[in-house]
Amino acid sequence: MQFMLLFSRQGKLRLQKWYVPLSDKEKKKITRELVQTVLARKPKMCSFLEWRDLKIVYKRYASLYFCCAIEDQDNELITLEIIHRYVELLDKYFGSVCELDIIFNFEKAYFILDEFLLGGEVQETSKKNVLKAIEQADLLQEVKTHRIKYETIVFSL
Amino acid sequence: MALKMVKGSIDRMFDKNLQDLVRGIRNHKEDEAKYISQCIDEIKQELKQDNIAVKANAVCKLTYLQMLGYDISWAAFNIIEVMSASKFTFKRIGYLAASQCFHEGTDVIMLTTNQIRKDLSSPNQYDTGVALTGLSCFVTPDLARDLANDIMTLMSHTKPYIRKKAVLIMYKVFLKYPESLRPAFPRLKEKLEDPDPGVQSAAVNVICELARRNPKNYLSLAPLFFKLMTSSTNNWVLIKIIKLFGALTPLEPRLGKKLIEPLTNLIHRNADWNLCFCVAVLISLSSGMPNHSASIQLCVQKLRILIEDSDQNLKYLGLLAMSKILKTHPKSVQSHKDLILQCLDDKDESIRLRALDLLYGMVSKKNLMEIVKKLMIHVDKAEGTTYRDELLTKIIDICSQSNYQYITNFEWYISILVELTRLEGTRHGHLIAAQMLDVAIRVKAIRKFAVSQMAMLLDNAHLIASNTQRNGICEVLYAAAWICGEFSEHLEEANQTLEAMLRPKVTTLPGHIQAVYVQNMVKLYASILQQKEQSGEKEAAQEITQLMIERLPQFVQSADLEVQERASCILQLIKYVQKLQVKEVPVAEEVIALFAGELNPVAPKAQKKVPVPEGLDLDAWINEPPSDSESEDEKPKTIFHEEEQRHSRHRQPEIDEEELARRREARKQEQANNPFYIKSSPSPQKRYQDTPGVEHIPVVQIDLSVPLKVPGMPMSDQYVKLEEERRHKQKLEKDKKKKKQKKEKRGKHHRHNSLHTESEEDIAPAHHVDIITEEMPENALPSDEDDKDPNDPYKALDIDLDKPLADSEKLPVQRHRNVETLKSPDAEVPLEEKKSKKPKKKEKKHKEKERDKGKKKEKEKKVVEEEEEEGKKKSSKHKKKKHKKEKEEKSKDKKKSKKKSHHSEEEPPQSVQNGTLDDEPLPPMSSYRLLAENPYIKMTYDIQGNLQNDSQVTVSVIFENKSTSFLKSMELNVLDSLNTKMLRPEGSSVHDGIPVPFQLPPGISNEAQFVFTLQSIVMAQKLKGTLSFIVKNDEGSTHEKLDFKLHFSCASYLITTPCYSDAFAKLLESGDLHMSSIKVDGISISFQHLLAKICFHHHFSVVERVDSCASMYSRSIQGHHVCLLVKKGENSVSIDGKCNDSTLLSNLLDEMKETLSKC
Repeated sequence: MQFMLLFSRQGKLRLQKWYVPLSDKEKKKITRELVQTVLARKPKMCSFLEWRDLKIVYKRYASLYFCCAIEDQDNELITLEIIHRYVELLDKYFGSVCELDIIFNFEKAYFILDEFLLGGEVQETSKKNVLKAIEQADLLQEVKTHRIKYETIVFSL
Repeated sequence: MALKMVKGSIDRMFDKNLQDLVRGIRNHKEDEAKYISQCIDEIKQELKQDNIAVKANAVCKLTYLQMLGYDISWAAFNIIEVMSASKFTFKRIGYLAASQCFHEGTDVIMLTTNQIRKDLSSPNQYDTGVALTGLSCFVTPDLARDLANDIMTLMSHTKPYIRKKAVLIMYKVFLKYPESLRPAFPRLKEKLEDPDPGVQSAAVNVICELARRNPKNYLSLAPLFFKLMTSSTNNWVLIKIIKLFGALTPLEPRLGKKLIEPLTNLIHRNADWNLCFCVAVLISLSSGMPNHSASIQLCVQKLRILIEDSDQNLKYLGLLAMSKILKTHPKSVQSHKDLILQCLDDKDESIRLRALDLLYGMVSKKNLMEIVKKLMIHVDKAEGTTYRDELLTKIIDICSQSNYQYITNFEWYISILVELTRLEGTRHGHLIAAQMLDVAIRVKAIRKFAVSQMAMLLDNAHLIASNTQRNGICEVLYAAAWICGEFSEHLEEANQTLEAMLRPKVTTLPGHIQAVYVQNMVKLYASILQQKEQSGEKEAAQEITQLMIERLPQFVQSADLEVQERASCILQLIKYVQKLQVKEVPVAEEVIALFAGELNPVAPKAQKKVPVPEGLDLDAWINEPPSDSESEDEKPKTIFHEEEQRHSRHRQPEIDEEELARRREARKQEQANNPFYIKSSPSPQKRYQDTPGVEHIPVVQIDLSVPLKVPGMPMSDQYVKLEEERRHKQKLEKDKKKKKQKKEKRGKHHRHNSLHTESEEDIAPAHHVDIITEEMPENALPSDEDDKDPNDPYKALDIDLDKPLADSEKLPVQRHRNVETLKSPDAEVPLEEKKSKKPKKKEKKHKEKERDKGKKKEKEKKVVEEEEEEGKKKSSKHKKKKHKKEKEEKSKDKKKSKKKSHHSEEEPPQSVQNGTLDDEPLPPMSSYRLLAENPYIKMTYDIQGNLQNDSQVTVSVIFENKSTSFLKSMELNVLDSLNTKMLRPEGSSVHDGIPVPFQLPPGISNEAQFVFTLQSIVMAQKLKGTLSFIVKNDEGSTHEKLDFKLHFSCASYLITTPCYSDAFAKLLESGDLHMSSIKVDGISISFQHLLAKICFHHHFSVVERVDSCASMYSRSIQGHHVCLLVKKGENSVSIDGKCNDSTLLSNLLDEMKETLSKC
């Protein structure tokens, strides 16, 4: 997979993950172009489109479009499956996820994605394992954030 | 100080966090930009603070802003600061920010190397994980090179969480640093059989991706993957494996056949993923199944069902799969033409494009016209330029494929091309033009027709070129002008065409087209001139000359240099012709001679294929290159010395201009490289003005609502009808012939004739078409390399993986300079010493004699050679010594030495007793057990307890070189368990191996000892390990590996300790020993041998022996007493044991049972 984009129906980017190194300028250009093309497609059309020399696989969940770019030889259906799996993961983590969850906790959305995919390849196929890793890492983080808050209180007293 | 901190933290409470920022942005919809710039200012302030939490918060906000499209590259350094935070909370944010905004151009990225290395070796797996994840996004060639070894080590990390990440990231590393592939590949291959499914799937992913690009290097892995495919239940992995096989089957057709069965099983196995598999299988195997037309037929039928489905996704995939099958089995797909054409009407562009792809392979001579006709209708209907352009290129592709194979009527094709010129706003004008040129040049028979069509195009050029939006299509005028000029002899009304070319409007065309116009109007002019002169119309000839002279000046004024130059040159020529014409000299012949000769089509790759003549070295310097010290402006002087001087004399001021320009250029360069210089980018408006001749072109608006129909242009449709009629006629004729034939040959060829149906080949072309093949240079070298893209990043990974690893291919490992001073025996050290120490000595001697550099080098070489010889001698000496030793030992043994010796690999018969056992000869025994063996090396080992240290054992391993090569750089490594660990030199990690402190010449064996520490000794242990070594012979050196399992039996923790019978009796009486017993049946060897075996293999000593009963004793390194009472029955042996530890005892007895049962 080359990259993954999440954007809203209004064309606002909600998440972007690039597995190929590109300059910011190129990224912006690609994003703009793709968001336009995908949004222009009607709901009943198929989830695949060819764009430059890549294949774009996208799917709409509620108001959010999940859009992946894969190479010519990659399997489209498995990419749809990846998107779906990611949505499931987000759903499990946030508890019936909505767009706002991803907006306000965008770093968490990234962390989940990073546990699921690495370098554009599926890293962990088990949902349970992904969530476990995230939870444990969060635990590590939470403990420390609590500690910081505690320190703050001590100092401000 | 404290107050400051308090203040800092209070301030921080008022800082915006990410949520506040997001909320703020949502609340400032009207003035978002202003709000964000305000936020960025705040963030900049926050980044200046020392508190890492504040910084992390700021970086987190920046990451969000980056997603919104704001540039945050200025904060790269701060991101690195946050990455290096010790707390995971912050580190995580830092790495996230880095992975989002770092790329190869980020200059601070090299500062991260050490930080990442530190994080990779962090004890916290999540630190390592987050570093790996981040690295996967921004790995650069430098990072890949520096960290490859660290990541490779992580591939064998104890935690699967790290292992799988490390395996996956290796793919990125390979891409950036292809040299790492070979050293890392063996370990990667190992991971295919990792116990953790996640790691396994990661390894499959990586190898599959690698193999997809260069499948031939991975053919040897096919059996392994086959096994995985039949055993794995993970659908994600299976899909990847199928994909891999898809890449492999074309190379190994037998594989395809073998795969059919397991794959069909897979499809049936689970319904949910059925479809996914179907498509994957079809796609991967369609290319690999040679003679399965029946199954292919079935596939195609199933696909038809998919395509007819209302679900657009299925339709798309059906078409996609169909196109894969098409490549190998075009016929079976062709029957579904109706369906495909139907898909062309689909609302969805993706599906239409897929269908178009399919059409490409479906055409035949019979249906080409029909299909293209349909496409032309679509071209007219199509909305949106992209799809229309796609249609256009497809039409051209379809028609021109395999050298115009399917075109029977080129007149039709030319008219199709002409019709395509009516397309508005296409980008592919040049494509149409190229086709026109190609056809006109290569199909001689069509030239007359082509010329007439092109003349018409030129006549109506105003329609094509008038609209500025349509200037893509005006490229066809380039072709039209050239064809009319080059083949002007076919032109009927040359005068009219010439006039059309001389119209003032022509000057609005792009420069390169005008240039072709100018050049070709002379050709036209020449042929007209000849025609008129031959028919004696002198006045007409002069008229045409006059016309040229009148109209050419408009081109002379052209801003385009090419046009100007050609025009002025030709104008002068024609003026001269005019002079001659006035004198009534016939000139046509001479003018026409300017363009004599025929142009032949040359293959596009012809130039590349011209073989280099023998003895020509293209890389050799023609002139010696100027030395680097010379500055640039000196260079021309040395070569064109005189000229330069003349220039400077005559044109002093211009030189100054040049110089100024040069300086300006230099300054620009400097500024471009100076990060502190703010560059002025040319505004778009300005650029527009710079382009010459765009604005002052008079644009004539024409009413486009009127359908463009060029008068007199033949419509391609009429050819379709004509063709049908023609075919019908042909058929009739053929039928007649057949009937005749039947009459003539009735009987004999009866069958043959009845089977004779109209096949594609029977359609005779309308014209006799002679397609000239493209010319290639003589003795051109055929090569396949033309098609490869030199910039393909995967090309570098085309590496033979089966070749053993060479010495030089080791991954660079970061070491401290003083590595030699480390006390750990390093295999490389002796090598280095060899090279550095000894030559020094000899050098000293030589220095006095000769100081010539070249000779010194030679000497050094010699020295090294001598060294090697010395080494050999040494080793042979060593060998001799060894033999001596062995002999000595043998003799010692004969003298009833009581202690065993572990220092030779084949122990001679030993007496192990303090009893009276010597009278009977004992069979040879060796305490050294086989550890592992391969064609190069054999390892045997023995484990001895250490009396001084109750938690250590020494493992002596004998390495025997079985090959004829030199073995070196041996390194032994084991995977430690919780209980048993190899003792490594301080500072080395648990994944480092221990170098074997010697090298092995052919046939030599030597022993090395490794110390292991253990906690509990009551249980036997097994440790997995690997010996890696380098095999060096005349052909080069290769890297080899040998895996082994080190078995720590409980007996190896015992130390043979003599014990007197009274002490033994006391021990038994003390009563704090646990008891256990075993009985082994079927013992045939003598009691004496039996005892000897127990003594030898289990480290016991006989305390007392009475007839067929003996008491034995041993002690463990941790002080456990073990007492045995061995009784021999007729055919059985019973052993009663007592020991402080019941587990140890039962394990010991089990081991003994095993030894005895072998007797």
